[in-house]
Formats: sequence, structure tokens, C-alpha cells
Amino acid sequence: MSDGKSLQGFSQGLCKGLGRPGPLLSVEGVTKRYGARIGCAEVSFDLWPGEVMGIVGESGSGKTTLLRCLSGHLSPDEGRVLYDIDGQPTDTLTLTEAERRRLMRTDWAFVHQNPRDGLRMGVSAGGNVGERLMGTGARHYGRIRAAALDWLDRVEIAADRIDDRPSAFSGGMQQRLQIARNLVTGPRLVFMDEPTGGLDVSVQARLLDLLRGLVREMGLSAVIVTHDLAVVRLLADRLMVMQGGHVVEQGLTDQVLDDPQHAYTQLLVSSVLQA
Amino acid sequence: MAVIEIEGLAKDFTLHHQGGAVIPVMAGARLSVEAGECVALTGASGAGKSTLMRMVYGNYLARAGRIGVCGVDVAQASPRDILALRRDRLGYVSQFLRVVPRVPTLEVVAEPLLAVGEDRDAALARARDLLSRLNLPEALWGLSPTTFSGGEQQRVNIARGFAHPYPAVLLDEPTASLDPANRDVVLTLIEEAKARGAAILGIFHDAEARARVCDHEVDVGAFTPRTAA
Ligand SMILES: Nc1ncnc2c1ncn2[C@@H]1O[C@H](COP(=O)(O)OP(=O)(O)OP(=O)(O)O)[C@@H](O)[C@H]1O
Ligand SMILES: Nc1ncnc2c1ncn2[C@@H]1O[C@H](COP(=O)(O)OP(=O)(O)OP(=O)(O)O)[C@@H](O)[C@H]1O
Ligand SMILES: [Mg+2]
Ligand SMILES: [Mg+2]
Repeated sequence: MSDGKSLQGFSQGLCKGLGRPGPLLSVEGVTKRYGARIGCAEVSFDLWPGEVMGIVGESGSGKTTLLRCLSGHLSPDEGRVLYDIDGQPTDTLTLTEAERRRLMRTDWAFVHQNPRDGLRMGVSAGGNVGERLMGTGARHYGRIRAAALDWLDRVEIAADRIDDRPSAFSGGMQQRLQIARNLVTGPRLVFMDEPTGGLDVSVQARLLDLLRGLVREMGLSAVIVTHDLAVVRLLADRLMVMQGGHVVEQGLTDQVLDDPQHAYTQLLVSSVLQA
Repeated sequence: MAVIEIEGLAKDFTLHHQGGAVIPVMAGARLSVEAGECVALTGASGAGKSTLMRMVYGNYLARAGRIGVCGVDVAQASPRDILALRRDRLGYVSQFLRVVPRVPTLEVVAEPLLAVGEDRDAALARARDLLSRLNLPEALWGLSPTTFSGGEQQRVNIARGFAHPYPAVLLDEPTASLDPANRDVVLTLIEEAKARGAAILGIFHDAEARARVCDHEVDVGAFTPRTAA
């Protein structure tokens, strides 16, 4: 499928004003091997501001590996990842360590598959959220605490748990705390690895709604790995299907789910009751 | 140029897990819908009415052909261009409502307006207006439609589909599960949309409804490939 190169796309761009911004993230041929084993191979796509990209695929298909390459946690063996910094597509591998850390603290957020990887287990819930804010320069204690309370409320963690440590939380609560910690600084791009995995259906729904609101109101972009096809349908604009490290199919989310072309996608879709 | 213009449209399904069977379901489909016009897709069950409509929306891929909608060829466009088309120019009332659980009905209906940047108060006012015209009890507006009856969900779906004045609208059985009074409201909404210049492509099993709002009928059975097994 042609990607944004069509004449219509071009003339539409003209109609909406010449200043149409470029992609937020451009992924070009990203490959990562673990010795002889393929982590992910030759992955390319563009992500635009305000867009949510879903990634699905069987266990071991390379989803986490890809996400870690995109977010600068792993360096790909081949290919590159360009991120828009002040209108300038910048190769994330050429950033200095300090620049990369700054990006991770401000523009980017990463919600890990295992909440323990994204939380500081020895710090209180409020501290986990406040710490990230302080990382972006916030200093006023009252305001930090108020923002932490607001975000705990948004992810449905009761205010009276603010001083508890995450180790005293259930897995689902830890996951919600991790999401609050990540979103409190208003990032432009969020990477999420199975963000709703350990959550019960109703909290999951609330989070979906929250994320959709952020996407609409703040132009948040996200790359979300999930095995839950109902979640991707409601949240992702576009979908990539991975198998054996390769993207075997990608397109509009509802098109990929309703008219899957690849044998693996057909299997995936038909083995789920109703997405 | 017509708002919706389809030429040489073809569709196959390849069933990889059923011996790789290739099922041709449509070939050489053509039709056009002008601004202010409503065209009905007709044909027997399985003829391909929903399939054709889904291709116009970009929900199914076309094997060949052109699907012009407001100047965009949906058969060729990138996902991003189709998303933009769906946001401001092409509306779709599907047969069944699909929503994020726990989002109140009023928000569900206002969402297409918020997505095009409409002011929140104006969007909610429009949503209230549509829901009351469709006789959805006010007590339900603050609740998620996920637990509503089929007819209630259908009315939420219709309100949502008519919230933003899209220049092109697709309707799949919009009156199916409605009582006569609400059916009449929906047909009036369609007439109003036509009057403001919308091009409408619809599937209506209800012949009377078709007679009232549609200007032409297109028999999709005429596009069924002869080679089909
Ligand atoms: N650190 C590592 N060393 C060696 N092999 C690894 C390492 N991390 C991942 N792999 C391998 O790379 C492949 C992709 O793994 P990855 O974790 O990306 O899969 P995934 O799609 O996220 O799976 P899951 O759905 O189970 O989380 C697998 O074969 C895995 O065993
Ligand atoms: N996703 C799909 N995968 C495989 N075959 C499909 C798919 N969608 C539709 N078909 C097939 O395409 C043909 C046309 O179906 P379609 O749903 O478009 O018919 P229809 O005219 O809308 O019928 P009805 O009046 O019963 O709704 C049928 O043979 C159907 O089985
Ligand atoms: Mg993983
Ligand atoms: Mg049908």
C-alpha cells in the first residue's frame, strides 16, 4: 500500500495549509538479532502526531524487541529510527546519552510489560509519579503532590494509597501506577508493552478512554503492543501484525481485523471470539 | 464530479485456512452518488451489498477498481489519508455500535464533532438535540450504551453518524431495529442530510423507506462474477 505518497495526500496537504508537519517517528528497516536468533527484522513505518499504532503477534514474534529498539533501549543492528525534534528528523542513535535521557524524561514515555521494570519499588506511589515530574523541572511540593493525586485518581488508585509503596499493590494497580507515572509529564509519544494485560475489564476500559482523550486533546502519539484485539480495535488507528520477527501485514486497524490478507492474521482473527 | 464514484471495482476473499480457496464476490462494480442524492444498494442476501459499502469505507480492501470519495481514491489511499477522510468527509452508520465501554452515550455521540475540533459545548448540544429527536430517554444519556437494547444502541449509532455534517454518508440498515416513530425520525434525518447536499449510499431492506428517501437503486447482484462457484 502506498504510504502518504499519493497525489490526493499531497493535494489534501495543500488544502489544510502548507505547514503540514512530518512524521513524529520514522522507522526504517530496523533489524535486531540475538546471536543467530532474530529479534525483529526489517521493520519500517511512519507514525504521525496524534496517531496510535497497534502491534499484535504471537509470543516471541519480536514485539518487545521492536518497541525497545524504537524507544532507544536497544540499538538495532540495522536500520534507523528518526524522531522529530523541533521539526528536524533526528537519528535517535546519534543522540548523546544526555540528550537521549532528556528525551526519555520529557517527550517519551515507556510503559513496560512488567510494571516492576517501570516503577521504583522502594518509593511511594505518590513519589513514583512526582519523581517523573521533578525530572522535568517541577519543584513546588504542593503542586507536585496535587498532580500526583490527580493522576492517581485518573487511573483509579484511591488517594489514601498515595504513601504506600508499589510492592503493596496488586499487579493491576502497579500497572495503573506505571501508566500514571508515565503520563503525568504530558509526553508526545508513549510506548506501551501490554499496558492492559493485568487489568480487569472495567479498569481497562477506563484507561482506554483516558488514552483516547489524551490522543484527541493533546495530540499524543502511541505505539502499543497488545494481544487483545478488542483493545487495538478501539484504540489503534493502524495495526502491524508480527510473526517470526517480521511484520507480515499492516494497515488500518479495522481493515486488518475485518479483511485480513495474511494467513497468520486470518488465524489470529478467527481464533478470537469477537473483537 | 459525483461525491462517490465507483468504477471497475472487484473483490476476492482468499481463505488461507480453507485450502487457500479464492472466492470472487464482486467484479466490474460501478455506481455514482451525486451531492444531495441517496442511492440504495439492493440484491439478495450474500449479493455483496455490505462488502461494497465496506470497501467504500476502506474497511475491506479492493482487488481492483477505483473508489472515489470526495476526490480521494479509497482503493489506493494510504491508511493516513483514509483516516483523514473518515474524520471530516465520510460518515458511516454500521449495523452495530462498537464503543469504548464506560464512555457515556452523550460523549459517544459528540465524539465525531470533537474529532474535527468542534467546540465542546456545541458538540454536546448537537448530541443532546439528536438524542432527543431520536427519543432516547434522557436518563440514558449519561450511561454507556454497551448495556442498551438493540434499538437503543442503533439510535445512538445513528445520532453519532449524523452528528457531523459529512459530505458523504454510508448507511447499513439504519432503520432495521426501530419502531415506526423512530424509523420516521431517521428517514427525516436522511432527508435533511440530502437537503444540505450530502451524498448518501444506503442499504435498506425496508422497501417503503427506500421509496421515500432513495433516488436510485443499484442491484449489486449485477456485479456478482459469473465464474463464482
Ligand atoms: N535478551 C535476549 N537474548 C536472546 N534472545 C532474546 C532476548 N530477548 C528476546 N529474545 C528472543 O527474541 C525473540 C523475540 O522476543 P520478544 O521478547 O521481542 O517477543 P514478544 O513478541 O515481545 O513476545 P511476548 O508476547 O511473549 O512478550 C524471541 O525468540 C526471544 O526468545
Ligand atoms: N470477511 C469476509 N471473509 C470472507 N467472505 C466474506 C467476508 N465478508 C463477506 N464475505 C462474503 O462475501 C459475500 C457477500 O457478502 P455481504 O455480506 O456483502 O452480502 P450482503 O449483500 O450484505 O448480504 P445480507 O443482505 O445478507 O447482509 C458473501 O458470500 C459473504 O460470505
Ligand atoms: Mg513482549
Ligand atoms: Mg449485509
